[in-house]
Amino acid sequence: MSATSPASLTIHELRTRLASRAVSPQEVVDDLLARMERLNPRLNVYAAIDPDRLRQQAKAASPIRGRLAGVPITVKDNICIDGELTTCASKILAGFRAPYDATVIHRLRREGAILIPRANMDEFAFGSSTENSTYGPTRNPWDLDCVPGGSSGGSAAAVAADVAIAALGSDTGGSIRQPAAFCGIVGLKPTYGRVSRYGLVAFASSLDQIGPLTKDVTDCAWLLSVIAGQDPNDSTSAPVDVPDYVAGLQQPVKGIRIGLPELSVEGIDPEVHRAIQDAITVFQRLGCSTVPVTLPNIGSAVATYYIIATAEASSNLARYDGVRYGRRVSGDNGQGTLLDMYERTRDQGFGAEAQRRILLGTYVLSHGYYDAYYLKGMKVRTLIKRDFDDALARCDVVLLPTAPSPAFRLGEKIDDPLQMYLSDVFTISANLAGVPALSVPCGFSSQGRPIGLQLLAAPFREEVLLRVGYAYEQATEWHRQQPE
Amino acid sequence: MTTISPDVVTQVARLARLRLDDHAAAHVTQQLNDILAYVRQLQAVPTDGVEPTSHVLPLSNVLRPDESKPSLPQTSVIALAPATHPPFLAVPKVLEAG
Amino acid sequence: MTSVMSYEPVIGLEVHLQLKTTTKLFCGCSTKFGAPPNGQTCPVCLGLPGVLPVLNARAFDWGIRVALAFNCQLASVMKFDRKQYFYPDLPKNYQISQYDQPLAQHGHLEVVVEGQTTRTRIRRIHLEEDAGKLLHDASQHESFVDFNRAGVPLLEIVTEPDLRSAETAYQYLIELKSIIEYLDVSTCNMEEGSLRCDTNISLRSQGTETLGVKVEVKNLNSFRAVKLALEHEQHRQATALARGERIAQETRLWDARALRTESMRSKEEAADYRYFPEPDLVPFMITPEQVEQVRGQLPELPAQRRARFQQQYQLCAYDANVLTQSRALAHLFEEAVRAGTPAKPVANWLMGEFLAYVKDKSLEPAAVKLDPVWLKDLVELVQRGRLSGPMAKTVFTQMLDRGVPPQQVVGERGLEQISDPAHLERLADEVLQANQKSIEDYRRGKTSALLHLMGQAMRLSKGTANPQQLSALLKRKLEQGQVNAPQ
Repeated sequence: MSATSPASLTIHELRTRLASRAVSPQEVVDDLLARMERLNPRLNVYAAIDPDRLRQQAKAASPIRGRLAGVPITVKDNICIDGELTTCASKILAGFRAPYDATVIHRLRREGAILIPRANMDEFAFGSSTENSTYGPTRNPWDLDCVPGGSSGGSAAAVAADVAIAALGSDTGGSIRQPAAFCGIVGLKPTYGRVSRYGLVAFASSLDQIGPLTKDVTDCAWLLSVIAGQDPNDSTSAPVDVPDYVAGLQQPVKGIRIGLPELSVEGIDPEVHRAIQDAITVFQRLGCSTVPVTLPNIGSAVATYYIIATAEASSNLARYDGVRYGRRVSGDNGQGTLLDMYERTRDQGFGAEAQRRILLGTYVLSHGYYDAYYLKGMKVRTLIKRDFDDALARCDVVLLPTAPSPAFRLGEKIDDPLQMYLSDVFTISANLAGVPALSVPCGFSSQGRPIGLQLLAAPFREEVLLRVGYAYEQATEWHRQQPE
Repeated sequence: MTTISPDVVTQVARLARLRLDDHAAAHVTQQLNDILAYVRQLQAVPTDGVEPTSHVLPLSNVLRPDESKPSLPQTSVIALAPATHPPFLAVPKVLEAG
Repeated sequence: MTSVMSYEPVIGLEVHLQLKTTTKLFCGCSTKFGAPPNGQTCPVCLGLPGVLPVLNARAFDWGIRVALAFNCQLASVMKFDRKQYFYPDLPKNYQISQYDQPLAQHGHLEVVVEGQTTRTRIRRIHLEEDAGKLLHDASQHESFVDFNRAGVPLLEIVTEPDLRSAETAYQYLIELKSIIEYLDVSTCNMEEGSLRCDTNISLRSQGTETLGVKVEVKNLNSFRAVKLALEHEQHRQATALARGERIAQETRLWDARALRTESMRSKEEAADYRYFPEPDLVPFMITPEQVEQVRGQLPELPAQRRARFQQQYQLCAYDANVLTQSRALAHLFEEAVRAGTPAKPVANWLMGEFLAYVKDKSLEPAAVKLDPVWLKDLVELVQRGRLSGPMAKTVFTQMLDRGVPPQQVVGERGLEQISDPAHLERLADEVLQANQKSIEDYRRGKTSALLHLMGQAMRLSKGTANPQQLSALLKRKLEQGQVNAPQ
């Protein structure tokens, strides 16, 4: 691959070249399309590719107007784009074309971006491997036998394999950060309320956030600057000013206090552990100090998460019933009962993991169990949030591994839901506490699989995360590595 | 709170409008019991006097003015639906009143 | 065995009120009634993937208004919850409603029944979104859905089971509607479904506190239906209890044609609504300042106005009550009096002819075009003897039908009363001439002949003759034998 291949560029590199007319939006799209044609059959990062529509957008694109003028942005299949298919990789939404734009899409368009829809994902974002997709699994560009992580596996693998410039994903329990770590790229879950959820197909409303998956921290800051900000269509978006995240990157990190939690969680891969230790040395070299912090309740995060997330999901997915949109399955030549139609539609429309989560969520909310599960979960959530409040009062960022291991093999955990859930152990608490968390590449396993580190900050302190992540990136070479 | 039985799972499935045959119910029951056994560790966490968190943000009173916005055209609403009798959407006969 | 009469009904009412906001509770779609089916829907109220609700500020404000009018305590923090059940008219298969932190609680409302003031406690008032509409009759195999109503703001007003008779329930509803009309927050139109009422009733032996088995009654489409259904249900339950039967806890539907309740087929599963806090909405604080501000903006309410009318216009309690039930009616009354008409005749016109007219035409008082000044003019026409009582009624009806002043009706229709002696004389002569037999009858002492002659004369004058003058004239002529040939 040529170093000047437009598809391999970052947003900021591409913007420079587009603005100077060294490259045109059409050339960028053509290069991406050529790579898609070659790589998508192997990686399965896009559920579908529509070259004509992409070329039309490129032709209409201005190379100068807007912060993303002429820059293609890949969009996960759960973010609504007016007139495009949005199916959440689920059979139940087969053929569904959203009649409206998500707020983030509106903001991308306003800045001149070209939209590449339909990045593959776990069905309704239920999963950590992008194996739960009706379109088949996405593969990890670093090792085709491995998963790319999930649920934003399509977005992450596309960015890592240069079949995307940058991408949007969604993160409910790690769905941006864990695939970013598995694919050796940068991923950010913003503070809850930082980015509008309007138009993001809901998984767990109190945990979901849209965020960027990018080739470097600068792009991450760039994309966040565009999509962040209050939205009158989202009651839970916060009226907090959006700083210029790119301008803040160069601020010094000397004196930044990095909180190192004493982890009571077992089962961290030794290679991941070593990579994190090495990263700590880098931070110290950069003039950061380290402070020990405690997160006493982090061990309860996965359990808490699987109560709250499934409860909300069971409710959010009730609307897929074959009445107003999507797919309907009727029995008896359309003469069956309403109940029959509901059950057939949902039974055949939802995959196994979706059904499992709907059942679990329905159970924990049902009569007689609410207090023991859901209410208890919300209380433990309070404790987890307090842990972060306390820890982040004593330091500027908390450092954690993004995932306990590098990418695992396809099929390895698919029949063991609990093991799959436990792979989210380090990412989940950021969603429960609502704090922002950034994953940046920090090494490779002996088998050549990427490892990511995770930085967490106080609510709405994304600029600190990005600044620290940027300093680390400048001091290391991990993010420059490319899969074969 | 002991383990849940396939019968309970079948009831829950009915509430959620999912169809589980006996085989699927048995399989899912096993998986749910594994997960619930893990989740039950929360019972050991002391939470007396702890307020539940349903919102992490300290936001309140988010309101919009009572001003109308355009609705979708009737035709696009109908076009989305899998079964229609324009200008209505159609569903298998609802038998219960109320 | 206990007699039917020894049971006391224990009744609770649940009213759903559509607020007449411009837009729906959580989206910008219009709430206008009668739009083409599925023409007032958007991604939010259709529950499309990815959409989020944002609360209508006016609905919130109006909710507080209503809560204050029902003497409720406002929540310091209210929140919304999801009530979950599958139904094809419910787009998300959950309804955004309020569960354990509703808008308001612990209110009360007083109504007067047979001269007795009774207080009904209000358990709670909460905001929620309406569902769409199902049409069942158009096809054999399918039901049709119209989502225009989905998301329209509803206020649910729930009483404690404090009502002790069907009549009290009826009066409670009248008073509720009256208050809502004064607040101007709903059209309260039961036919259009902007006011809906469900009720529950159980019986207990007189003098005991133990509650009986509660039966819910639905499908009540008028206040009268509520009353009839409760009376029927009271009788049905009492009869069953007196026979030693048990009352089933169930929901029954009122059949307005057969005038009885019917058991609704029990649902195949017990409802488990799985309420949980709506994560897409934030909590809403209601501060004491906000409450006081809204309180300060409340209009005079029916009870206050009733008291004022009695005092200010020396009306009896009954008249004050009738006149204040409708805000429009009370307004007409006050304006006519302000224009200089004595209160009593205005009250009589409004309570008599006006309400009869409104009832006859199934109109709301506010829908009738009537200038208060016309009322004053009409009363004056009668007082000056220019219109007889019956003629005035005709003029009044015409006035409302056509929306024109009484003078115009009188002028155009020639309805003015004939009091001119010469005119009356001619009339009397013509009638006497034509009824020789009646004259003879009268002279033979059959005084009822005078009535017959009066009738003839009035008919001849098309009712416009001044009856007192005419009667005196006829009598004089009969007794004096002055019967002239008509000229």
